[in-house]
Amino acid sequence: MIWFVAALIGMGAVAWGFRFAGQAVTGNAPKFRDMPYGVAYGYVLGAVVLLWLVWAYMQGRSADPAIANKFFFLRIAIEGFILFAIAAWLFRILGRTFGTAWSRKMFRSMPLTASFGILTILIYAIFAVFAGVIAPYGQEQIVPGVAANIIPGGDPAMGGNPAFPLGTDQIGRDILSRLIYGAQNTVGIAFATTVLAFLLGGTLGFLAATLGGWLDQVLSRMVDVLMAIPSLIFALLLMTIASVWAPKLGIPLTIFMVVIIAVIDSTRVYRLARAVGQNIVVMDYIEAAKLRGEGLGYLVFKEILPNATAPLLAEFGLRFCFVFLTIASLSFLGVGIQPPLADWGTMVRDLAGFVNFAQFAPLAATAPLLAAGAIALLTVAVNFVVDWMLHKSSGLKE
Amino acid sequence: MSDQPLVKMRGVKLEGRSDEVWSPIINGVDLTLARGEVLGLIGESGAGKSTLGLAAMGYTRDGVRISEGTVEFDGIDLLKASAATKRELLGKRIAYVAQSAAASFNPAHKLMDQHVEGPVQHHVMSRAESEADGIELYRKLRLPNPEQIGFRYPHQVSGGQLQRCMTAMAMSCRPDLIIFDEPTTALDVTTQIEVLASIRDIVEQFNTAAIYITHDLAVVAQMADRIKVLLKGDEVETADTRTMLSAPTQEYTKSLWAVRSFERPKKPAVQTGAVPVVSVQSVDAAYGTVPVLHDVSFDMHEGRTVAVVGESGSGKSTTARCITGLLPPKAGQIMVDGQVMPADYRKRSKDQLRQVQMIYQMADTALNPRMSIGQIIARPVQFYLGLTGAAKRKKVDKLLEQIELEPTQYYNRLPSELSGGQKQRIGIARALAAEPKFIICDEVTSALDQLVAEGILRLLARLQDELALSYMFITHDLATVKAIADEVVVMKDGRVVEQGLKDEMFTPPHHPYTDLLLSSVPEMDPDWLNNLLAERGVDNIGDAAVNKM
Amino acid sequence: MGNVLTIILKRLALGLLTLLIVSVVIFVAVNLLPGDFAEAILGQGATPEAVASIRRDLGLDQPLVTRYFDWLGGALQGDLGSSFAQANFASFTGTTSGATTVAEQIAPRFGNTMFLAMVTAAIAVPFSIVLGILAALYRNTVFDRATNIFTLSSISSPEFFLAYILILFLAVLNPIFPSLSNIFDGMPFSERLEKSMLPALTLTLVVTAHMMRMTRAAIINLLASPYIEMARLKGLSPMRVIVRHALPNALAPIINVIALNLAYLITGVVVVEVVFVYPGIGQLFVDSVKIRDIPVVQACCLIFATAFILLNLTADIMSILSNPRLRHPK
Repeated sequence: MIWFVAALIGMGAVAWGFRFAGQAVTGNAPKFRDMPYGVAYGYVLGAVVLLWLVWAYMQGRSADPAIANKFFFLRIAIEGFILFAIAAWLFRILGRTFGTAWSRKMFRSMPLTASFGILTILIYAIFAVFAGVIAPYGQEQIVPGVAANIIPGGDPAMGGNPAFPLGTDQIGRDILSRLIYGAQNTVGIAFATTVLAFLLGGTLGFLAATLGGWLDQVLSRMVDVLMAIPSLIFALLLMTIASVWAPKLGIPLTIFMVVIIAVIDSTRVYRLARAVGQNIVVMDYIEAAKLRGEGLGYLVFKEILPNATAPLLAEFGLRFCFVFLTIASLSFLGVGIQPPLADWGTMVRDLAGFVNFAQFAPLAATAPLLAAGAIALLTVAVNFVVDWMLHKSSGLKE
Repeated sequence: MSDQPLVKMRGVKLEGRSDEVWSPIINGVDLTLARGEVLGLIGESGAGKSTLGLAAMGYTRDGVRISEGTVEFDGIDLLKASAATKRELLGKRIAYVAQSAAASFNPAHKLMDQHVEGPVQHHVMSRAESEADGIELYRKLRLPNPEQIGFRYPHQVSGGQLQRCMTAMAMSCRPDLIIFDEPTTALDVTTQIEVLASIRDIVEQFNTAAIYITHDLAVVAQMADRIKVLLKGDEVETADTRTMLSAPTQEYTKSLWAVRSFERPKKPAVQTGAVPVVSVQSVDAAYGTVPVLHDVSFDMHEGRTVAVVGESGSGKSTTARCITGLLPPKAGQIMVDGQVMPADYRKRSKDQLRQVQMIYQMADTALNPRMSIGQIIARPVQFYLGLTGAAKRKKVDKLLEQIELEPTQYYNRLPSELSGGQKQRIGIARALAAEPKFIICDEVTSALDQLVAEGILRLLARLQDELALSYMFITHDLATVKAIADEVVVMKDGRVVEQGLKDEMFTPPHHPYTDLLLSSVPEMDPDWLNNLLAERGVDNIGDAAVNKM
Repeated sequence: MGNVLTIILKRLALGLLTLLIVSVVIFVAVNLLPGDFAEAILGQGATPEAVASIRRDLGLDQPLVTRYFDWLGGALQGDLGSSFAQANFASFTGTTSGATTVAEQIAPRFGNTMFLAMVTAAIAVPFSIVLGILAALYRNTVFDRATNIFTLSSISSPEFFLAYILILFLAVLNPIFPSLSNIFDGMPFSERLEKSMLPALTLTLVVTAHMMRMTRAAIINLLASPYIEMARLKGLSPMRVIVRHALPNALAPIINVIALNLAYLITGVVVVEVVFVYPGIGQLFVDSVKIRDIPVVQACCLIFATAFILLNLTADIMSILSNPRLRHPK
C-alpha cells in the first residue's frame, strides 16, 4: 500500500518533469505550453501501465514454472489481444482490396474494432452453421474408454490427451466439440429469440406509431408495466412457471424459454420501433402519402420501414447481445437451455470448479474460461460493430 | 490611439472535418476592420460567414481548424497567442452575440448573473458596479422593466428581449469589437426591427467596432458601414455600403440585388359571381382545447394566387391543415368547386383528395429519402390516374420536363443527390402529378437561398399560367408576396385582419397591423431604418407597437 | 413551486399505480400454474380430503380477486406468506418452528444484498463519474478510445465471466480476497467488507462501464450546447466553464444515470451472488426458482420490481427537480 502511494507520488514528479522537459525541448510549442498537469500525469500513468504489461508478459515466459504459471493468463490475454488486432488489421486490408465499390468504401472508414467485430461474427457464424462437420465428436457423445476430466493442452505429461486438445468434462465428453456445438445451440437459440422479439415488438411498435390513438395508448401502457419488472427477474419468474407446465404439455422447456425471453425483449424493441416510427411519421412525406389516401400497408412497408432500417439494424445487434447474455445467464443459473444440448452458460457452471486449480495447473482453469470467453467474445464483437454503426449514423455530432 | 486596424486577417483558410477528411470552408480571405467600424459579412448558407466571424476571435468550433493565414487583433497574433492570453481578450475586448439567444444563455442562471460574470472574472468592475451598469445598458437597449428583467431566468424572457440582453452582456466589458452572428434571423419581422434599432444605437454610442453576419441584404444595409460578400468560402467583393448597393461590380452581387425586382403582371379582378375553386367559410379550429382559428373566411379563384401572410403563431399553417382535412375544423366548412368537402381527410374520396395538393417548406422532409425521384413522382400518377408501364413513365418524364429537370438524368436519382432547389422542384412535380386545381404552397421558398427561391417562384408562376392553377401561398416574407400574389390575406392570432387585392394591400390606408407588418420589413435603402425611426419614434416599433393594438 | 409539486405528485401516483399493476401481473402469473399449492405441498399421493383441508387453511378456496387482496394486504404489512419449501418440511416433521414464513427467510438476506449494493455504489459512482467526465473532456484521444474499448468489453461480457476472471486473478493467482463470500450475522464490518469485495468489484466493473458511457454521452451532449460555447467566448477559465456552466445542467442527467444503474444492479446481483455463494436475496431467488418455491419466488420478484420502480421514480423526480424551467415557472 505504501509502495503504491509512493509510486503515485513518484509518477507525479515524473509528470512535472516530463512537461517541463517537453516545454524546454520544443521551444514552448503550444502542445506543451497549454498542457494541463493532469494530462501530463495521464501520459506518465499510461507509460507506466504499458511498461508493467511488458514486464508481466516477460514474467509469463519465465523458465520458472511457479512464476510462469502466475502470469500465464496475462500472457495469453496479451498474446490474444495482439493476435486479434493483427487479424482484424489483415481483414480490413482484405476488405479494402476486394469486394464491391460500396463494401470497399465501408472498409476504408472502418475502425479496427469494427473490423475485428465483423471478422469474429463471421467466424462464429461459420462454426454455428457447420458445427456438425467441424466438431470431432458429437455434443452428447461419451467416447468409450476415455477418462473424464482430461486436462486441456493435449500434453500427456500434464494429464492431457492429444485426441482431446481441450480435454474432457466430468463425464468424459469432448470439450472442444461441445464448445463448437455451443455455437450452434447458444447462438442459434439467441438468434431465433431475437428474430421473434423483433417480429413481435417491431410490428406492434410501427403499428402504434402509425395509427396512434387508443391502440398506441393501450400497447404503450402495457409495455410500461412489463418494463417495470427487471427483465432477468421476470424471466426467472416465468421460467419457474414454465418448468411446471413444460412436462405437462410435453413441450421442451427451451421452447418456453425462447418465447418468454422474446416477449420480454419485444417490449424494448417496441419502445424503439415506436420512437423511430414516430420520428418518421411526422415527416412531411408521410403526411403527403396520407393526404394522397394511401392505405396502412403502403405507409408501413413503402414509406416507414425503408427509412427505419439503420436504427433497427443497430438495435438488432444490441438486442441480440442482450438476449444472448440473458440466455447464458439463465443457463448458468441452471434454468436455461437444458442438457444434453451443449451450451456455453451451462458449461461454465459445470466446469467452474477448475478455476481454483489455476495456480498449479493453469491449463485446467482454461476450460470454464473458454466457454465464458466464447460468450464474451461474441457480444464484444457485436457491440463493436453496433458502436461503429451508431457512430456512423449519428454523423458528425462529436 | 494608433492607426493600425483593430482586426487584420490575412489569407485565412479554414477547413472542416467530415468523415475523417478535412475539406476547405474558407479559401483564403483577407479582412480588415478599423476601430469603431461596422463590417457586414453576407453570403448564402454554407458560404462560411459564421466560421469566418468566429475565426476573427481566434476561435474555431470542434471539427474546424485554421490551416493557413494570420489573425491579428490590435497587433496581437491570435493564432500564436497562448490560451491564457486569448482568454484575457475574449469577453473583455472581443465579445460575441450568438444567433439563438435562447440557447446561448445558460438555463440554470439568472440573466444578471451571466451578465456580470465577464466584468467580474476579467476584473473590470465589481459585481455591484457591473449590476448597476447592466441595468443602465438594459435601459439603453429599451428593454421593458430594466431594473427587474436581469433577475429573471432566460426561459422567462421573450426571444427579442433575450437577444437584447445578450447584446447588453456583450457590452458589459465595453469591448473594442463585437461579433454579431445573425442576431435577428430567428425573430419575427416586427420584433427584428426593434432589436436592430437598439443594437445599432448602442454600437454607435460606445463607438464599438463590429462584424455583423447575416444573409439578409436589407438588414445589413441598415447596420454596416462596409459590406463584404462571401460565396462558397471566397470573397466576392468588399465596398462601402452605399457603393455596394448602388454600384456592385461583380455579377454575383448584382444577381443578389436583382432578386427583389421580380414581380408578376397584375391580373384583372375576379368576376363577381364566379365560383371559387376553394372557399374557406367561417372556420374555427383548435388543437385539443386550445383555440387556434377564429371565424376564418376567404375565397381562392381559378388561376390566381392568394398569399396568406402573418407572423409565427398567426394560424396560417393551421388554416392549410383545415383545408387539407388533417385538422377537422370545430365550426365552418371548406368548399371545393362549390361542393362541401368532408372535414376529415380520411372521409374524402380519392378524387376529392386529388384536387387539393400541397408543397412543403422543407424539401428534405417532404421527399422520402429511400425512394428515387422517378418513384416519388410516379406514385401519384399511378394512384390517381391509374397509369402503369410505359404510359406512367411517359407522364413522369413530361412532369420532369415541366419542372425543368432532364428526365433521363434525374429519374433514378435519390433525393440526397439533389440540391435544395431541385428537391423543391420534385415536390412541385409530385403535386402536379395529381393534376390538381389547387395547390397549397407552405413557405416553399423560405428555406432556400434567394437566387434559388427566385427560380422556384418563376417556375410556379409559369405553371400557373399554363395550367390555370390556384395557389394558396403561405409566407411570412412580404417580398415574396409582392412578387407572386394576386390577393393577400393578413392573419394575426388566428383571425383574418385584412384581405384584398395585392395593390390595395400595398397602398395605404391599411389596417394598423398590416401597416406595422409592412413597415417593419427592412428595405435595401440604407436610410430606411433612420427614416422609419424618425417617422414613428423608437417607442412605436416592434413588440411595443404590437402591444398597443 | 406549486407547479413542480403537482408534477411530482402525479409522477408518484403513476409510480404507485405501476407498482400495483406489477403486483397484479406477478400474482396472476404465479396463479397460472397448473394445480395449486395444496397439491404441490402434498405431492403425488394427496387425498382429495387432505387437499381440500389445506386449501381451506391457506385460503385457496377463495376467488382469485379475494386472494390477491389478501396477499397484497399481507405483503404491505410485511407478511409475504409461508415458504413452500419450509411448509413442506414442516408438514413432514409436524413442527412449525424455524423460519417458516417468507418474510423471515428474506429479511436477513435483504440486508446482505443491500450491503453489497451499497459497497458497489460507493466504489462505482465516484469512479465512473470522474472517468466519464474525463473521457468527455478528452474525447477522441487515446485515453477516450482505450476506455471506450474497455467499457464496451465489460458491458458485453456476462457477469459470471467477469466474476471468474476476478476470482482467477485476485483470489487464486494472487490470494488477496476470498473467492467465497460466506458472510453471516455478527461478522465484524472489516471482515464482511473483505468477503464482499470480489462480488462488489464484479458488479462495479459492469455498472461502472454503463455509468461511465452514459455520463460521457451526457457531458458531450452538454458541451456541444451553445451556452457552453458562449461561456468559452466570454474568456472564462476551463474550470469555471465546467463548474459554473456545465455542472448545474449536467446534474440532472448524471443523477438519472446513477439511478438507472443502481436499478441495473438489481439484475446483476442475481448472477453474481450465485457465483460467489453470497447469501443475498438474489441467491435465495435462484434457489427458490430451482425448487419451485412459489411464495418465495413471488415475494423476491415483488421486492426486485419495487426497488427497480422506486429507483426509476427517483431518477424521474430528480430530473424534474433540477430543471430550472420547472423550478422557476414564468
